[in-house]
Amino acid sequence: MSSSFYPARRRRNAMWMGLSVAAAVVGLSWLLLILIVLFWQGASGLSLNVFTQMTPPPGSSGGLLNAIAGSLFLTVVGVAVGAPLGLLAGTYLAEYGRYSRLATVVRFINDILLSAPSIVIGLFIYEVVVVPMGHFSAIAGCLALAVLVVPVVVRTTEDMLNLVPNTLREAGAALGMPRSLVIRRIAYRAATAGLVTGVLLAIARVSGETAPLLFTALNNQFWSTDPTQPISSLPVVIFQFALSPYKEWQQLAWTGALIITLAVLALSIFARALSARGAANQ
Amino acid sequence: MAEIAIRGQTAESSVGARAARIRSFALSDTFFRRLTQSAAILVLLILGGTIVSLINGSLPAFRAFGFGFFTTQVWNPVTNKFGALAPIYGTVVTSAIAMLIAVPVGLGIAIFLTEICPRALRRPIGIAIELLAGIPSIIYGIWGLFVFAPFLQQYVQPAIIAAFGNVPVLSSLFAGPPYGIGMLTASLILSIMVLPFVTSISRDVFDTVPPMLKESAYGIGCTTWEVVRNVVIPFTRVGVIGGVMLGLGRALGETMAVTFVIGNAHKINPSLLAPGTTISATIANEFTEAVGDLYTSSLIALGLILFMITFVVLAIARLMLMRLEVKAGR
Repeated sequence: MSSSFYPARRRRNAMWMGLSVAAAVVGLSWLLLILIVLFWQGASGLSLNVFTQMTPPPGSSGGLLNAIAGSLFLTVVGVAVGAPLGLLAGTYLAEYGRYSRLATVVRFINDILLSAPSIVIGLFIYEVVVVPMGHFSAIAGCLALAVLVVPVVVRTTEDMLNLVPNTLREAGAALGMPRSLVIRRIAYRAATAGLVTGVLLAIARVSGETAPLLFTALNNQFWSTDPTQPISSLPVVIFQFALSPYKEWQQLAWTGALIITLAVLALSIFARALSARGAANQ
Repeated sequence: MAEIAIRGQTAESSVGARAARIRSFALSDTFFRRLTQSAAILVLLILGGTIVSLINGSLPAFRAFGFGFFTTQVWNPVTNKFGALAPIYGTVVTSAIAMLIAVPVGLGIAIFLTEICPRALRRPIGIAIELLAGIPSIIYGIWGLFVFAPFLQQYVQPAIIAAFGNVPVLSSLFAGPPYGIGMLTASLILSIMVLPFVTSISRDVFDTVPPMLKESAYGIGCTTWEVVRNVVIPFTRVGVIGGVMLGLGRALGETMAVTFVIGNAHKINPSLLAPGTTISATIANEFTEAVGDLYTSSLIALGLILFMITFVVLAIARLMLMRLEVKAGR
């Protein structure tokens, strides 16, 4: 063993660890930089008008009211349709199916759907809803979002129900409770915080989705509450306005981007706090 | 004793009422089980429906162009001639470059978080990265369009063109003019976007290494790098590859971050600085404006190709992550 053996190892260690620290510094500051630019650009256009006025025609000022309302509508209905389905499917995976072949297959497919390209889901809804209806509609947008919500909720529901101790279920069964009551009155209650977290994460996931709305809900320059007509949404308006040559539109795009980011961050932080509290209770 | 489970039922005592209640329990029990089971089957139907509807929608295009759809790069709505080669090329190249950048950096951050970072900072940084993974991709897109592309055009691309102008292969890879938008810009934005995914998955995977293994290595005098190289990475290899594939799946299907900065040019250009297109960007840009059945059908065919590619990548990723979970005994 030569005397240069130890210093060489130490040098090599210092080099690799230095690279790793450098990666962390560069990567994190890069991501931070994006957020800072977003806040800087978005905040300069933030005013009450953004929330009280409709999207303007090119070259004049206005707000994002119809886009925000449209986004809320699409998200609320999409989650209201998708979340219960996800909850039930997740219940099957964690409670009834657990080791069955069906559950294994569903789990695998669900994990794939979880990261499948959302634009493809948009095409799917276009084929099965928009084409038969003959035109773009808010309802198609809602369904596209619902399809994206399902896998997220399935995954979290299953994970959260698996955290419920089996002794609780056995105690319920020992009292003579039927299986469905054990699940609804004991497992669901013990996992409430986790289940709500899953739904919140799903809301956060779909509220910024743009691709599946482009050719389902399309866009609408005006206020609309008719589910059979195209509806405006924040992400699609951002997409349209950012690519336009008009300064006012570009500014509104930045402001809209800031609103979405703040909403998504708030939802994820809230969900995180909730699940941390739920975990502390168990 | 089933009634005890139900609030306020203890007064009920007659045998007949009891039997009726048990029957109704059995009924509602079966109903609830069937309900959850059908919801689970619905997940399979979503996948099946997606595949069937995409195949159905893309049939006219495949009938018209046959296998040539995959091998030609003509994309002409006027003459109704469509080929998928340019978008496929763009998707594969941008994703590959993005992973080339995001994987080393992401692994570096994960190593930093699990081995070097002071304990007090681990959780905050970990949470920050997970929050960043949830930021909608359109945010990255708008930043790329207004901030990053102009920056590249003014400062970075002219320097690259000047530096590699006389080097044989690289000169065609980085041939000017500096547009700002193009394949390279899209790849860089993609790499920034998938970085949080790759990082948080690799960190989770590194955390599955039993502390005992690492401690024994440290105990015999290994340096941190040697522990990472000889214990952590061999133990988690499958999981890391799975995580990388998951990130790749994201990159391949990513739409908004790319659409803003790719330039939407249906042409395979050897230069990375030239505008190009990807499958998802083509669909996002052209679908609502597509007139004629063949045009729409060709776009849906592109969607089908994208879905197939990502399906295979994601399936491999999940299988590998599952193998790690079995190994970690969870």
